Amino acid sequence: MPDNPVTSQGASGAAKHAGSADNADILHAGHPPYLRHHFNSTEQQADTANFAMWLFLLTEVMFFGGLFTAYLIYRNWYYPAFVAGSHQLNVVWGTTNTFVLILSSFTMAMGVWCAETRRRKGLVLCLTLTFILGLCFLGIKTIEYREKIEMHHVPGFHYSLQSFLDPASNPEVFKEYHDQPLALDMARHTEIYFSLYFLMTGMHALHMIIGIGILAFMIFRARSGAYTAGHVTFVENFGLYWHFVDIVWIYLFALLYLISRHQ
Amino acid sequence: MSTNAIISLPDQSTARIPKDNFITRENGLLSWLLTGDHKRIAILYLISITFFFFIGGALAGLIRLELLTPQTDLMATDTYNKVFTMHGIIMIFFFLVPSVPATLGNFFIPMMIGAKDLALPKINLLSWYLYMAGGILAVYTMASGGVDTGWTFTTPLSTHYVNTNVLTTGLAVFVAGFSSILTGLNFIVTIHKMRAPGMTWFRLPLFIWAHYAASILMVLATPVVAIAIVLVALERTFGIGVFDPIKGGDPLLFQHLFWFYSHPAVYIMILPGMGVISEVISTFSRKRIFGYTAVAFSSVAIAVFGFFVWAHHMFIMGISNYAVLVFSLLTMLVAVPSAIKIFNWTFTLYKGSITFETPMIYAFGFLGLFTIGGMTGVFLGASGTDIHLTETYFIVAHFHFVMVGGMLMAFLSGIHFWWPKITGRMYPEKISQFAAVVTFIGFNLTFFPQFILGVLGMPRRYASYPPEFQVLNVFSTAGATILGVGYLLPVLYLIWSLKYGAIAGNNPWQATGLEWQTQSPPLTENFAVMPIMDHEAYDYEWLEQQQQAHKESEATHAG
Repeated sequence: MPDNPVTSQGASGAAKHAGSADNADILHAGHPPYLRHHFNSTEQQADTANFAMWLFLLTEVMFFGGLFTAYLIYRNWYYPAFVAGSHQLNVVWGTTNTFVLILSSFTMAMGVWCAETRRRKGLVLCLTLTFILGLCFLGIKTIEYREKIEMHHVPGFHYSLQSFLDPASNPEVFKEYHDQPLALDMARHTEIYFSLYFLMTGMHALHMIIGIGILAFMIFRARSGAYTAGHVTFVENFGLYWHFVDIVWIYLFALLYLISRHQ
Repeated sequence: MSTNAIISLPDQSTARIPKDNFITRENGLLSWLLTGDHKRIAILYLISITFFFFIGGALAGLIRLELLTPQTDLMATDTYNKVFTMHGIIMIFFFLVPSVPATLGNFFIPMMIGAKDLALPKINLLSWYLYMAGGILAVYTMASGGVDTGWTFTTPLSTHYVNTNVLTTGLAVFVAGFSSILTGLNFIVTIHKMRAPGMTWFRLPLFIWAHYAASILMVLATPVVAIAIVLVALERTFGIGVFDPIKGGDPLLFQHLFWFYSHPAVYIMILPGMGVISEVISTFSRKRIFGYTAVAFSSVAIAVFGFFVWAHHMFIMGISNYAVLVFSLLTMLVAVPSAIKIFNWTFTLYKGSITFETPMIYAFGFLGLFTIGGMTGVFLGASGTDIHLTETYFIVAHFHFVMVGGMLMAFLSGIHFWWPKITGRMYPEKISQFAAVVTFIGFNLTFFPQFILGVLGMPRRYASYPPEFQVLNVFSTAGATILGVGYLLPVLYLIWSLKYGAIAGNNPWQATGLEWQTQSPPLTENFAVMPIMDHEAYDYEWLEQQQQAHKESEATHAG
């Protein structure tokens, strides 16, 4: 049934509910089954879910905000260590990952459009592509993490200062940047840089993993047409989440990989 | 359909508990544990926070018992550290933060704005489960050895020097934090999107405004403490160095992140209480709140200013003198909206028809104690006096005046005020008035001596003290005993009233709020027909007209 004008819902709907609570048919009479009983209209329900999602993203901003604050302070204090640390990151992989994520945001946006225009196959395709791109991102991230583990750049676990005290020991990086050796004191602070690197990208990756899990659930549901019958709120809100995670990465990429690119 | 339709004020003497209400609609344990009904979730919360309150209270009793004598004789100093830490953690994260919002707010926000439920009922239930998970973990931690960092988890103590259960406690607080975030988020969305027709922003009861302001704080501040706790956990387990001076990290950063939440958190705790006081004072003065708009905006102002004062907890911790100056000034600013509230409540009393039912007695207690608590807050906000008074019992007394004297009084006031609506039965008036007075006396006897102890220089968080402080400490412990009786009494007579209390009827206080214009206990969907708001909040003239019209129509029908 089409979106029911809701003016009639308030009074008659409530009276109906008071009547017989156990009769689902009567309860759903006059409005689509996905309309929860405490809402007056599908518009109100969608608006509410949307607003709640934006608020949730606001809490996420504050959550990452704590990490960004820490980054800001330590970067100002230990700039040379942060530059040396960022030189150890693989910009090629980082850039690739940025494009992977932007592309996944595009497929997600297309998915939302497909849901809104009720294209079931298109939606499943878009969600699957987003899912695959998300996995690609995590795969590339794993390769990067592995490099760090091999270089002993994981804080707390036999962290090695060698790449910073003696940059020439890592010829690939040295060839590109010609880093000067850091004083021991400053070299120690690279551990803070890598702590923040792992914390921020790790927290981001955690959000990606949760997102991919939800995507799998959505693909499963979308195949039976769950989101292409007018009730698109879930897809829209997940889209917001996915774009948010994407935007966080764009900041992380600039802050962690590109510190000294202008020099 | 107009508001006439929802006004029904049957004679109190013939009132019956309606057969169909949210308590009787469904039966069985599962119907409670899987409910989406905001009223049932509120009751789940009420039972669980009362449980945690008495655990925290028992720990407070142990603290006072230890401090009865100058020596450390009741428990070892290590144990004492754990006891005051767990007292703080349980009381703050598992009682004060959720107390009014999760119980009264959960129950009455939808009813006051004329909605059938909170916007996100499943999220609401999830928040209770998160709260319980956190709470049970905290109690488990306590049973398995506890934690002794103080409720502030101060680094580097918590990350490097103690070998107690910092991780599980941190996890408990982290989980409970998400419960608080979800509650706040739910309230904001509900207040924005679920208001009944005609319920404009400036017709909202001040209870709603206060909760709205508190919810903003919950949503914006809590994630920051969540990440701070994650950092402490990682620093402790892996040694990531963010708070470790050896590696170049800064323990003060933790303080900044922690107090960025934990200062606004005190407004999360007190603002909903202030909302209760607005309702109670208006009802028992039979007057509209004086300066409604000012009181409404003062809640928002407290929330906004509350974000910019956190470093006043750190005046002696090595932040720069300029920071001290700025944060000291900003702290003074918070006193302004708080004073606006106090003055407006007092003006509301002026020429009101005041009656002294129990909620009103608690509200008067709140006014006095919160004023003292707030004013001493100004002492502490002034950097000069703060440097002398910080880390002494003056801090403890100030905090307890605001939180116990303010928030707990407001909570009890609200519980008594809405008890008839929640349960359909009245609490026994005489004994509850007595309990309110006992609480007030016990409270003052407990915490007023602590101000003096603080000024004299008794430090907080020690199990022993110089013998010359003993007299005041004995007063304090004696007061705590009386206070304990004051808190135990309501539990007893409120449970008694569930079966034996007089039938309350729909609107025993003849109050104006929408929540009173429906049956008690309410229907699962709150209102039989959707209410339409066509008058201002606290419009007692409107209520009298309605009652008059009701009587006349009954007279005509009878005739």
